[in-house]
Amino acid sequence: MARASTPQKKAVATVAAWTIGLLIFFPILWTILTSFKTEADAIANPPKVLFFDWTLENYGVVQERSDYARYLWNSIVIAGGSTLLGLIVAIPAAWSMAFVPGKRTKDVLMWMLSTKMLPAVGVLYPIYLVMIRLGVLDTKGALIVVLMLINLPIIIWMLYTYFKEIPGEILEAARMDGASLREEILYILTPMAVPGIASTLLLNIILAWNEAFWTLNLTAAKAAPLTAFIASYSSPEGLFYAKLSAASTMAIAPILIMGWFSQKQLVRGLTFGAVK
Amino acid sequence: MATQHSRSAARLMMAPAVILLLGWMLVPLVMTLYFSFMDYRPLRGIAECCVGFQNYERFITSSSFADSVGVTLIMVGGILAITVIGGVLLAMLLDQPMWGQGIVRILVIAPFFVMPTVSALVWKNMFMDPVNGVLAHVWRFFGAAPHDWLSQSPLFSIILIVSWQWLPFATLILLTAIQSLDSEQLEASEMDGAGFLSRFWFIVLPHLARAITVVVLIQTIFLLSIFAEIFVTTQGSFGTRTLTYLIYQRVLESQNVGLGSAGGILAVILANIIAIFLMRIVGRNLDA
Repeated sequence: MARASTPQKKAVATVAAWTIGLLIFFPILWTILTSFKTEADAIANPPKVLFFDWTLENYGVVQERSDYARYLWNSIVIAGGSTLLGLIVAIPAAWSMAFVPGKRTKDVLMWMLSTKMLPAVGVLYPIYLVMIRLGVLDTKGALIVVLMLINLPIIIWMLYTYFKEIPGEILEAARMDGASLREEILYILTPMAVPGIASTLLLNIILAWNEAFWTLNLTAAKAAPLTAFIASYSSPEGLFYAKLSAASTMAIAPILIMGWFSQKQLVRGLTFGAVK
Repeated sequence: MATQHSRSAARLMMAPAVILLLGWMLVPLVMTLYFSFMDYRPLRGIAECCVGFQNYERFITSSSFADSVGVTLIMVGGILAITVIGGVLLAMLLDQPMWGQGIVRILVIAPFFVMPTVSALVWKNMFMDPVNGVLAHVWRFFGAAPHDWLSQSPLFSIILIVSWQWLPFATLILLTAIQSLDSEQLEASEMDGAGFLSRFWFIVLPHLARAITVVVLIQTIFLLSIFAEIFVTTQGSFGTRTLTYLIYQRVLESQNVGLGSAGGILAVILANIIAIFLMRIVGRNLDA
């Protein structure tokens, strides 16, 4: 609803929005700044904002003391693996629901959405038990499967809303030209669906990366991703702000950047197409 | 347009997703339901079936249940109030013409991408710490005694942390909705002499009603299962034990699986009631 406005109005809006925007962003900015301070500067009173001895030392120490790279690798494998696995299962399902809808397609979609609403804590113990029995507790594979399953409804829904926007006439034309189902998917649909698939991929990596119920409860030393690693960082008093900040900055930076790229798709993905 | 052949192919393509989700939903749920009727305490080697509704009775009549429901309602209600009201105001502000709109948008959306354990720890240590926290410095700057957030007002502190994470979500969705508002309608009403408040009340708010409902419902689903923020900050003490956290403690910490499972089933029922409303809205949109 952008309207014509006077320069004064625009200036007021600019100042107000920037002030609030910077306030909201401040905790992240402060964390990033603190990660470059020495521990002494990090708890200096009054706080040092920009004029301190910038150092990269914390990043090295975090890696040295706690093998940060291993947790990072776990996060990458778990978030990436669950997203790819989810796409493999979801693309055919979403494709068939969008292009060959049956009488019950809508019910199936709604039912899938309903599985997302199941409170995780209600099924925590059974999952925990099954994993112990199968001997897969604290393995990346188990977490990949669990995160794939909790995000599968979102992946299918997102893809479905994207596929729905591809005009069906193109498919009919291809069929008349004698394209097989496989060719149809491979050569016609896939290229048109790539943008939708890409944003689904992005959003789901973000969701899986930040997931903190299952990753905290189903991992220990071996498969723990960054969410669990950071949670282990609560030591009682002061003196570790800079290292905490360095670890946090590394944990959120890749997702922050991905998130900024996918903010438009985020709305569609997280509202199941109810707000576009 | 679909032939018999493509129909059966379509069913085949849906099968893996449907089977996986069905298994994921049914198997654990049936197990939880079964456990909820058992006296099941694995650490003591007790696993007796069946004790009827004893677990449910004990869970519901214990004072911790009533407390946890209260805490959950306050927490979810508080976060919803802050994020929805803040989100509407912020979305309206961001919709105004300004310089650097794209950058402000990026700044505002950022907290949503911060993993829950990071935001909880950063807030807890670097902001709410009564000695070295940024808020303590600010309080001192204004000559006030620093507030020990997490021990003096733990529930409010957690509400604040989680609101910070979800305000961007509400803002982004409401901004998307506002941008689809017909500007001519607003201009016309402005010419007719409608003030800012009446324009907001009679045009903007009704237009946003649907988006607000969606935000409230989706956030409620996610907020009911807040876990990491409590786990990292108070571990459920000082009156911050939500229903989710209570069940977690029963099941994993004290390993009273029967009792916890009864709680789990109650949580499932509760979530379903909310889910029905959300599904109606989403479903209506599917027809359009």
